[in-house]
Amino acid sequence: MSEGPGGAPDYAIEVEGLSKTFGDRVVVHDLSMKVRRGQIYGFLGPNGSGKTTTIRMLCGLLTPDSGRGTCLGMNILTESREIRRHVGYMTQRFSLYADLSVRENLEFVARIYGMADPAGAARAAVDRLGLTGRDRQLAGSLSGGWKQRLALGVCILPAPQLLLLDEPTAGVDPKARREFWAQIHELAAEGLTVLVSTHYMDEAERCHEIAYIAYGDLLAQGTVDEVIAGAGLVTWSVTGGDPARLARELEATPGIEMVAPFGASVHVGSHDAAALEAAIAPFRARPELDWHRDAPTLEDVFIDLMSRSKDNFR
Amino acid sequence: MSGPAGMFSRLTGFLTRVDAMVRKEFLQLMRDRVSFASMITIPLLQLVLFGYAINTTPRHLPTAVLAHENTSLTRSIMSAIQNTKYFTLSHLPKSEAEAEELMRSGAVLFVVEIPAGFERRARRGENPAMLVAADATDPVASGSAIATLQSLVETSVRRERFAEEGGPAGSGLEPAPPPFQIITHARYNPAAVTQLNIVPGLLGTILTMTMLIFTALSVTREIERGTMETLLAMPIRPVEIMLGKIAPYVMVGALQATMIVTAGVFLFHVPMIGSLGLLVVLTVLFILANLAIGYTFSTLAQNQLQAVQMAFMYFLPSILLSGFMFPFAGMPVWAQWLGETLPLTHYLRIVRGILLKGSTATDLSHDIAALAAIMLVAMFIAVRRFRQTLD
Repeated sequence: MSEGPGGAPDYAIEVEGLSKTFGDRVVVHDLSMKVRRGQIYGFLGPNGSGKTTTIRMLCGLLTPDSGRGTCLGMNILTESREIRRHVGYMTQRFSLYADLSVRENLEFVARIYGMADPAGAARAAVDRLGLTGRDRQLAGSLSGGWKQRLALGVCILPAPQLLLLDEPTAGVDPKARREFWAQIHELAAEGLTVLVSTHYMDEAERCHEIAYIAYGDLLAQGTVDEVIAGAGLVTWSVTGGDPARLARELEATPGIEMVAPFGASVHVGSHDAAALEAAIAPFRARPELDWHRDAPTLEDVFIDLMSRSKDNFR
Repeated sequence: MSGPAGMFSRLTGFLTRVDAMVRKEFLQLMRDRVSFASMITIPLLQLVLFGYAINTTPRHLPTAVLAHENTSLTRSIMSAIQNTKYFTLSHLPKSEAEAEELMRSGAVLFVVEIPAGFERRARRGENPAMLVAADATDPVASGSAIATLQSLVETSVRRERFAEEGGPAGSGLEPAPPPFQIITHARYNPAAVTQLNIVPGLLGTILTMTMLIFTALSVTREIERGTMETLLAMPIRPVEIMLGKIAPYVMVGALQATMIVTAGVFLFHVPMIGSLGLLVVLTVLFILANLAIGYTFSTLAQNQLQAVQMAFMYFLPSILLSGFMFPFAGMPVWAQWLGETLPLTHYLRIVRGILLKGSTATDLSHDIAALAAIMLVAMFIAVRRFRQTLD
């Protein structure tokens, strides 16, 4: 294992060949990934693609059927108890005690982790979270945004080195999302490693590195630019005319692999630049349409990855 | 980590985490007003219902006497029947058909038929037969009454014979209706007061019911609410979770037991012949055994509904086979074996023994050992069954 300057390994997460099967359904298949310390690592993929299962395997909540790896330099198969001490895991569903108050939830966690002054730690966390005045409110009666903020506060209370956040911003309004991400970046700047799963493209673009997983397979990994470049996708954008009718026509045209309406414009894409140009040539002759070549977005790449992985599996 | 310092820090870590669980469970318990209220009202309600309403030695059962002769012995038997609290001489039918009709309509529960020539034959020592017909649809009620009736008639016959022969009771005069004395030999409960049997029994059943249901729900509730995932992702061991969840209910159980015993002593005059200290220790042991079983159910069930169903499936045999409702010795051997595996069976012997007979720990050693064994087995299964992962 490679060692960083402080004697700590460079990677917070380093796993190889992780697989997990439920019944006869392969949920995660031969997954390998590396997450550098202090990075925000985005974990993307459609629903049911194995993101939650992977996160659960990383923190020892699920045992992998095969594969090996380390989390914070500790073996995920044999040292999961020790890993739990240094990992903060935020579940997809709100899973704090709804019938305990904000402060009681924080104190409970502080006690479980054996913190010296649980009551003091909880009070400090309440102030830091901006929940002052709400600390006696039952956690279950908080609004969605506040619940999420509290859940994150509970996660970072015992000063973990790694945060595993499973779709933390699902169902949260844009302002709360932005504040949440600002906090994530602050934490990363302090040296915390963050693995966060999400569906939102704008959130993916806030990550240092991303990985795309679909139907149990990790399909792409790297920085946002690397992932886009690696897809080898050529895209054109067209405006004018009726976008909906145009999209239907383009979809029926061979040589175009991807069609996505974007408001008044339609995006088309393919891996074969020549074939794509040939396919759209008749449309370019239409005077009302305005064509121009543009750079593929992350979303284009993901939709392409998703449709191709579906083709492979079904 | 090894050596005394390592041991110590591991112990404090263990205690800190158990303490965190206990505090959390207590807060949740106090906040769940309905559950908390039911823990207090269930014992009170049951105590009042069972204690005051149920009586297996009923009084004033309507009885008819069909006498085919009118002699001093017949009159003596009739007034004996009237004098006991068991029976009320309500009808004097003139014929067998009439008596039959009374019995069938439910107007009387007993018909005593004295044949003609009964007194004469009794005096000659011919041991004449007397028919007692009982409505046995409720055998518990009629059983003890029949036993009383038998000894009552026996006494009357003996008295009449002694009186005639100028024995110890008489002086040759026409015998006055004698003051009857009926001796029923019921040890430990000389007056056959049902409450003396029911109240200690209730202590066991109420503890079984509440302890079982509340712990049976504890793990499944966390799974259903999704909080188990957070709990499992934290550095806490299954044993620590179990002890933290059980401890608050030990206190609830102790509170219930105190209420029932206090009410038993002051309202129902249940004696406390044995040691109160021994009763306290063994009651805590019994509470722990029930909590361990409830917790085991909690780890076996998929959801709260299943956990409650399991608790009830366990509760029914506990009531029926433990000796709470029906005499233990009266059951077939296989049922007795089944009963031996239930904590309630052993606890009933313990609590009745201590309260009514003054039994000591030595007298009860078999039942104490059985209770402890049941508790340990249940705890072992619970910890083994507890899923440390979501697999």
